[in-house]
Amino acid sequence: MIVPFGHVLALGVLLFLTGACGAMVRRELIMVLIGVEVMLNAAVLVFVAAALHWGQVDGQIFALFIIAVAAAEVAVGLALVLAARNRTGAASRDQFSSLRG
Amino acid sequence: METKVIFYILAAAIFGASVLAVSCRQAVHAALYFIVSLLGLAGLFFLLGAPLLAALEVILYAGAIMMLLLFVIMMLHTDRRDRELYRPPFWTVPVLLSLLCGAALVMLLARWPQAAELLPSAFFSPGQFGQVLFSRYWLAVELVSLLLFVALVGALYFGGREIKAARLQPGEGGDS
Repeated sequence: MIVPFGHVLALGVLLFLTGACGAMVRRELIMVLIGVEVMLNAAVLVFVAAALHWGQVDGQIFALFIIAVAAAEVAVGLALVLAARNRTGAASRDQFSSLRG
Repeated sequence: METKVIFYILAAAIFGASVLAVSCRQAVHAALYFIVSLLGLAGLFFLLGAPLLAALEVILYAGAIMMLLLFVIMMLHTDRRDRELYRPPFWTVPVLLSLLCGAALVMLLARWPQAAELLPSAFFSPGQFGQVLFSRYWLAVELVSLLLFVALVGALYFGGREIKAARLQPGEGGDS
């Protein structure tokens, strides 16, 4: 591996900001979830690069935990999207404006 | 020299696929582009000395999570596309803010002396990974299992209520 550490970090920054833009700009709830997933992947990439740079396996273990948390987040998020869609018939995040049960 | 070329090719592929995944109008296309980005990331993890994480990225992320997302997209069958996505005043502010933030971070990286250091070609074997995971981080493993269980219960709660509502809808009253 001959690549400088900073290049991997720069790729992580680019990926994270791409995901953040997606989560902010898109209106469908599914697309907001995909933006959040892109952000989580950028975090995983930075953890793996840091593990290699400092020669410790701990960064890879935290990357594994991030993947597990992403799985939990997607399961609950998709259940919420489906429940909200069935209740109100809306798929865009701007249409969920009331918190009444 | 070889790995350097592979890294830049993979980085370009991942970034392009992620931009397409975020900006694609149809949700199914976006999910498929995101899967391409995940496969590129798995290759990059292999290059960065994490073979177990590369396998888990493909099996868990591209295999399980994205399939769940794809099935939900197909269940929702939203034919309406995001028409308001490309209207300029709506997306200029977030994109400008992100560009500003990214420029600041990249400038910070350029000034950091450690960022110029070359990465070593080390390699963490799955056995090494598992030994540290289950000795030093056993509590975190238990916490993650608890979190996954809570997520399962939450998903079943919302999904179960929905199934009950669907069962009640066609007939009047229902049996339970």
